[in-house]
Amino acid sequence: MVQVDKVNFEEEVLQAKGPVLVDFWSTKCEPCMALLPDVEALEAKYGDQIKFCKLNVLENRRLAISQKVLGLPTICIYKDGEKVAELTKDDATAANIEAMIKEQIQ
Amino acid sequence: MAAEDMKTYDVIIVGGGPAGLSAALYASRSKLSTLVLEKAKPGGQAGTTEWLENYPGFPGGVKGPELMEHFAAQAREFGAEIIKDDVASVDFSGEKKLVCTAGGGQYSASAVILCPGAEPRTLGLPGERELRGKGVSYCATCDGDFFTDLDIVVIGNGDAAVEEAMYLTRFAESVTMIVVHDEGILDATAVIRDRAFKNPKMKWVWNSVVDEIRGDGIVESVIIRNLKTNERTELETNGVFVFVGTVPNTQFLSGAVEMDKRGYIIANEQMETSVDGVYCAGDARVKYLRQVITAAADGAIAAVAAEKYIHEEEGFREMVLAPAFPVMVCFWSPTSQESLDFMPAVERIAEARAGSLNLVKIDIYKNQRIAGRYEISAAPSILFFNKGQVCERVQWPTTEEELTLVADRVISGK
Repeated sequence: MVQVDKVNFEEEVLQAKGPVLVDFWSTKCEPCMALLPDVEALEAKYGDQIKFCKLNVLENRRLAISQKVLGLPTICIYKDGEKVAELTKDDATAANIEAMIKEQIQ
Repeated sequence: MAAEDMKTYDVIIVGGGPAGLSAALYASRSKLSTLVLEKAKPGGQAGTTEWLENYPGFPGGVKGPELMEHFAAQAREFGAEIIKDDVASVDFSGEKKLVCTAGGGQYSASAVILCPGAEPRTLGLPGERELRGKGVSYCATCDGDFFTDLDIVVIGNGDAAVEEAMYLTRFAESVTMIVVHDEGILDATAVIRDRAFKNPKMKWVWNSVVDEIRGDGIVESVIIRNLKTNERTELETNGVFVFVGTVPNTQFLSGAVEMDKRGYIIANEQMETSVDGVYCAGDARVKYLRQVITAAADGAIAAVAAEKYIHEEEGFREMVLAPAFPVMVCFWSPTSQESLDFMPAVERIAEARAGSLNLVKIDIYKNQRIAGRYEISAAPSILFFNKGQVCERVQWPTTEEELTLVADRVISGK
């Protein structure tokens, strides 16, 4: 997964070609830590069709809030600089994320 | 379901919080093959609690996630397996209990310990659902960081609410508590209340409830209603934390065990539910105090009770139900003098028919469940089994002569 932050978010996510998934997480968020291996497994499966990024909100709080992310875990998909899909909190399960990816790569 | 896809264990534990992990430790340590199914990271609610001050053995407190990692490691040390999957449905109707997961896993076990725990209760306010993860939160350790130098509102005034609010003052510029009670009154205990009143970042709005959470994409304000004046005011805020108790995670059971009307599972002191071989431990149980220590205690009791159940049932199956020849079961009790006096006669009958009739003695006090299943209420009572079925029943009072006749009838198969 590509580590994104306030410096490279514009380039890696908003300017990127094709769909980009961003996993908003932090080391203090236990549910995020539990979810991370699932997201990495999904990258192994769909990584050739959608770019996987992760953003540690601890260092990038303002950036997260600018993306209207104020709770963890949150998984978003961007296309052409726009957020097109999002799952947050309990909805952010491995199965739901996979369904969201499938929908966005069609 | 295809038998080859089914994985079999002695005990399946549903939920990997303090109750489930303690049950796993006790079960695996007594050599039972033990599976824990946990939908997220082991630890449950304690795993997202920043700090525990009242778990014994840790003067100065301990971090929730750290303590829960120790719980999990200790269970694994004795061989418990922890699989990350969400239990979708159960079937407790057969002798083997079946558990199916959202990930497609199918498992069976002789005993199941339900430790699904509870999750934060939601209020159902307008805007609450829509703004979840957008400023509405139920988890201070998950989301507290976002609110560095921002203003937040906390709904609730119990111990958990006040403690979480104080944790949030580490980040937030201000934390405003919306309290339904009169000024100065909190549900939280005195020690926590006094600490909160001294915290300069804590602000208080009394006699009030939140009616609505507003915001376009992220939380912008709450509508507060004063219960005395009915006056509604809008308070600008960046976040709303809700700590108003919990609800049990028991929907997946769809009534497979007896519950109260709020969905908490009913179990006795041995953690036995309404279904034989199914136990419950932790926050999902009807109980007086929901803490890590009481959950752990429940888990230990449930595991020991489950172990006893498995061994009793196995023993009964092997000795009474499985043999291809007749078995005479004498239900006795150390408190029944008649049953003690009559036992030598029973033994004489069995000895004279060794090879064609086995004798099994069951203490009805120690094996109340098995005695109850065969409606044995007094000792002595004698049942004859053939190929797993009861074929004759001899009630007290009886005589050696009568029992001899019945024994021979059973052996001859007439």
